[in-house]
Amino acid sequence: MKPVLQLKSVRKSFGNDVVLQDINLDVRNHSVTVLIGASGSGKSTLLRCANLLEAIDDGEIWLADTEITAIQVDQDSARKRMGIVFQNFNLFPHLSVIDNITLAPKIVHHNSPESAQNQAMTLLSRFGLEAKANEFPDRLSGGQQQRVAILRAIATQPEVLLLDEVTSALDPVLVAEVLQLVAELRAEGLTMVVATHEMGFARKVADQVGFLHHGRLLELGTAEQILDDPKTPELKAFLMAVREAGRL
Amino acid sequence: MTTESGSSYAPSPKRIAREKERRRATRRSAYIAALSTVIFSLILIIAITSAPGWPRVQASFFDPTIARESIPFVLQGLWLNLRVMAVAAIAIMIIGTLLALARTSKSPILFPIRALAAAYTDVFRGLPLLLVILLLGLGVPGLRLEGIPNSVVFLGGLALVFTYSAYVAEVLRAGIESVHPTQRMAARALGLTQFQTLRHVVMPQAIRRVTPPLLNDLVSLQKDSGLISVLGAIDAIKAAQILTARDFNFTPYLVAGVLFVLLTIPLTRITDYLARRIEKRREIGGGL
Repeated sequence: MKPVLQLKSVRKSFGNDVVLQDINLDVRNHSVTVLIGASGSGKSTLLRCANLLEAIDDGEIWLADTEITAIQVDQDSARKRMGIVFQNFNLFPHLSVIDNITLAPKIVHHNSPESAQNQAMTLLSRFGLEAKANEFPDRLSGGQQQRVAILRAIATQPEVLLLDEVTSALDPVLVAEVLQLVAELRAEGLTMVVATHEMGFARKVADQVGFLHHGRLLELGTAEQILDDPKTPELKAFLMAVREAGRL
Repeated sequence: MTTESGSSYAPSPKRIAREKERRRATRRSAYIAALSTVIFSLILIIAITSAPGWPRVQASFFDPTIARESIPFVLQGLWLNLRVMAVAAIAIMIIGTLLALARTSKSPILFPIRALAAAYTDVFRGLPLLLVILLLGLGVPGLRLEGIPNSVVFLGGLALVFTYSAYVAEVLRAGIESVHPTQRMAARALGLTQFQTLRHVVMPQAIRRVTPPLLNDLVSLQKDSGLISVLGAIDAIKAAQILTARDFNFTPYLVAGVLFVLLTIPLTRITDYLARRIEKRREIGGGL
């Protein structure tokens, strides 16, 4: 079966800084891909390139049967088919929780206000946030904000959801509630690419784990292969450092 | 959550003492403020009324009968100021928004528009408003163009629109640029187009942030609408001038001044109120 998202020989640099090179990655339908690596290894850039928030320098990105980096492709309509959630939530502070979630379904996907509203309320109550529907984001805890941000991203029913270190700005208790939500989405079969520092979480949910180091995808395999049987000295060193920091 | 009332909590003597001290300090500063205001006003009144020319100034600026008689005519003029201001304010917001959008555009294709908008704001922020009014009011009729009204009210209003749209554009530009780039990114990531991002995400936040300075410009516009009197439009100032010339008494000017102040007070209060509200929300929890 054709992968939902496919990166082929992707290269990206900022000025003279090569931040991604020779990235080849297949993301299969209903699978979870976890990207690990030190800060600055290119995880975030990879995700941003994947949904065209950054333009790649070379290579190709395919979303199902479309090459979305082709010249004639409308980038807005490609982005419509993907969702991304950021480390710092980036909820719209002038809109209530429910309006944050219904904005894109209404104006991008042209759903009727009623159906967008109903769908958002269903999502919120499924994840225990229905009481917050009319609150503004600054009245929510970090964990609640991030969960709303994830719901906002899946309200448009993306073919693939990209999560960019969604727990890095949260304290441990809030991390747990966000990861719980991600695990539930996985159980529903949502295809996801997740950049994270949470190794235990990677082991629990990942169908494949990729290790990025200085912009290269050095190792790619199952969670066991990557976390228990590292091949490259770079990954060994990285796992050692993580272990010492008490995160494994 | 624990609440202050209904529990067995009793404030400690320390807390009571602290609160008492705080109340005492507040009371003391209120007394000082009141006393110094009274003393200062008294000194000012005595200084003015004991001046050698005071009786003549009093007669020519503070004549109650003339004041009462001039109110209807000056008010009629003020009605013109208000109408000019209202129409101009709408045009200013539209043109100012377009200028701000042009100046904050990023696309290289739009460079000429960006440069034009920058030149426009540079020129009209630099030119004294009085000069713009005179140049337009006296110059345009001289061109004898067909289809362009030569009414002094129209041309004076046009000058206000030209100058103030440059000010307002700069305020709006600051607002647009204060919206964090990650907000645009989040919007684009959801599939919103450039225009939808501006319309639904950037502009609502930008306008909220610059509402106090925009209202400040509106107050300023209200006063400056009086400048069209130099073209001969019979606004509040011109009305006062006519009465002054008839009676050889300056009281109507004072009447016009008081009316202008009364007109702007509600607006300045609203401005203060909104600024305070925004400040409060910032304190509570970041964001807007």
